[in-house]
Amino acid sequence: MKFQGFAAGIAATITLLSTSSAFAVTEISWWHAMTGANNEVVDTLSKEFNESQSEYKVVPVFKGTYPETLNAGIAAFRAKQPPHIMQVFDVGTGVMMAAEGAVKPVAEILSMGGKQFDKSQYLPGIVAYYSKPDGTMLSFPYNSSSPILYFNKDIFEKAGLDVNNPPKTWPEVWEAARKIKTSGAAPCGYTSTWLTWIHLENFSAWNNQQYGTNENGLAGVDVELKINSPVFVKHFQALADLAKEGVFRYGGRTSEAKQIFLAGECGIFTESSGGLGDIVKSGMNYGIGQLPYDPEVAGAPQNTIPGGASLWVFGGKSDEEYKGVAAFFDFLSQTEIQARLHQVSGYLPVTLAAYEETKKSGFYEKNPGRETPITQMLGKEPTENSRGVRLVNLPQVRDIQNEEFEKMLAGEQTAQQALDNAVSRGNAAIQQAIGN
Amino acid sequence: MSPRVVFPNKILPYLLLAPQLAITLVFFYWPASQALYQSMLREDPFGLKSQFVWFDNFARVLADPNYLNSVKVTAVFSIATAVVAMATALLLAVMADKVIRGRGFYRTLMIWPYAVAPAIAGMLWLFLFNPSIGTLAYGLRWLGIAWNPLLDGGDAMVLVVAAASWKQISYNFLFFVAGLQAIPKTLIEAAAIDGAGPTKRFWTIVFPLLAPTTFFLLVVNTVYAFFDTFGIIHAVTGGGPGKATETLVYKVYNDGFVNLILGDSAAQSVILMVIVIALTAFQFRYVEKKVHYG
Repeated sequence: MKFQGFAAGIAATITLLSTSSAFAVTEISWWHAMTGANNEVVDTLSKEFNESQSEYKVVPVFKGTYPETLNAGIAAFRAKQPPHIMQVFDVGTGVMMAAEGAVKPVAEILSMGGKQFDKSQYLPGIVAYYSKPDGTMLSFPYNSSSPILYFNKDIFEKAGLDVNNPPKTWPEVWEAARKIKTSGAAPCGYTSTWLTWIHLENFSAWNNQQYGTNENGLAGVDVELKINSPVFVKHFQALADLAKEGVFRYGGRTSEAKQIFLAGECGIFTESSGGLGDIVKSGMNYGIGQLPYDPEVAGAPQNTIPGGASLWVFGGKSDEEYKGVAAFFDFLSQTEIQARLHQVSGYLPVTLAAYEETKKSGFYEKNPGRETPITQMLGKEPTENSRGVRLVNLPQVRDIQNEEFEKMLAGEQTAQQALDNAVSRGNAAIQQAIGN
Repeated sequence: MSPRVVFPNKILPYLLLAPQLAITLVFFYWPASQALYQSMLREDPFGLKSQFVWFDNFARVLADPNYLNSVKVTAVFSIATAVVAMATALLLAVMADKVIRGRGFYRTLMIWPYAVAPAIAGMLWLFLFNPSIGTLAYGLRWLGIAWNPLLDGGDAMVLVVAAASWKQISYNFLFFVAGLQAIPKTLIEAAAIDGAGPTKRFWTIVFPLLAPTTFFLLVVNTVYAFFDTFGIIHAVTGGGPGKATETLVYKVYNDGFVNLILGDSAAQSVILMVIVIALTAFQFRYVEKKVHYG
């Protein structure tokens, strides 16, 4: 009797388990690197998606900074427990692309969910950056940004500069910066975050200069850097000279310089459009302008390239799980969601419809300057030099460039020497990374 | 004729040792063997393709001028940190030993910084000495010192050494105070009666009698400077400017976790392990001979 009851219990449990698993929601894990207000956006989006249907549940997990998230994903993959979706910053794109077999192209996933991926609906610059040379879209663009110019209107007025006419070219920036310093309006004229991203990668696209061979790495992994050509040398020598005069102040390798600008130490500042939030919050009387260009280059300005991050999907999961990922991506690309993301976060809209929607709502009239990063990126049909930079080890190459810039700004070497060293060391690192 | 403890039970001693052995096995030998294996592999970050290359990684690391730079940086950083941390702690301990009123209060204050996590200590120093927003950086500029650890390698080194030794002074202070208390007052009084001044008394009696403590701290501080200062360097300079503060440990992290060259990174960590084992063995073999354990 006792035994029979036990067996019946087991049978009942098994039945219960199997039925409940048939109705169980499929969990989709999403590892991300968003902090503060942007983290809240991630949570809200997941919550809204989970409430909109009952089959799938997206679980967002904060994994630290961009590089930390990438490392966590790689470690998890090696331990055979990767998340479904991982947010990877622009610089990590080459790393992920080199890992064919570890990731599943986004185009493939969307078609598994019964949706067609229509490229024409997305901003062309962004699609090009996240696609393979043959045009297959590999990751889903989530947050994109572009570098722009910010200036402190109070300092401009004190220095006798025109607040309605911010500098448009680099020589104009240098001149205005010198005036700010010499007039005593502020202790420093100009500062910038991310020298590698703004003054090398975007500088080359914006002025239609070659960054590296093989279409800056978009056409193939074997890249030879070209960043020591005369246009670059002239630009960096100007920066080095300004640093010597104390007109340009170096803040650090990533976004540390924002503190200097927010403290009112410098009058002009180049930073990501995604950095707008902190400047608004500080209550500064600020203005926005286009990223400056080199007027001596024919055809400049060309177009800027997207920064920010995209969502990658790991391979080796079940079809059911991929359907869930597809449903989530479909949810994310809705016009309404995209338009809100753009307006709340300062990141660029990913779809054209969201851009049109925001335009129609009169958002740009109320918030002048917010359209600048978009027009900058969409202004012209991109060339071979302006689709972006992709290297299997871009984080490492950026580190090398930063080290050489620091030695240059400290006066230990000229711009020519710094860029020559960056090229030879960078090329060696690329060759090692691609296994030659 | 040294006294020996005799265990009547043959198994019990091993049983008592077992937990410690298990911990060492799991947390040292297992990862160390993994590192050794990884150091002979050449792999992409995801481990999709892997090739056994014997000692290629070691050859490349040792031929890299940046690695040799990092050896130099580590030597300067470790010696400076150990010397500053120990000398300052000794001075403070001798001073605190003389304090009669509020002795406990002073000591507590001196020990406090030890409770601060390395990364937080690093941030603290970073904020104080940041060239644009640091309070003390303003002071330095006012004094006419061109202070810029963001671009000047020397300034950056001074900053990380200061932060690293500041954190270690408390620990050293604690041991020096204990060491000073163990020195019999009668010896010092006898020397005083014989006419030896305070300086003479310190160098001929106190300092030699502190030798066991000093030696112990030398070993601990070397290991600290080699390994535990990662958090401080990561927070304060990130190895920069250039490669001016990239120590061996920082390079292991940077090559492995930022540049994703796991083979090179593992080879470096194996070399580092050999260096520290050799250094500790050397200290025990040669320096300890000069130590008098009373």
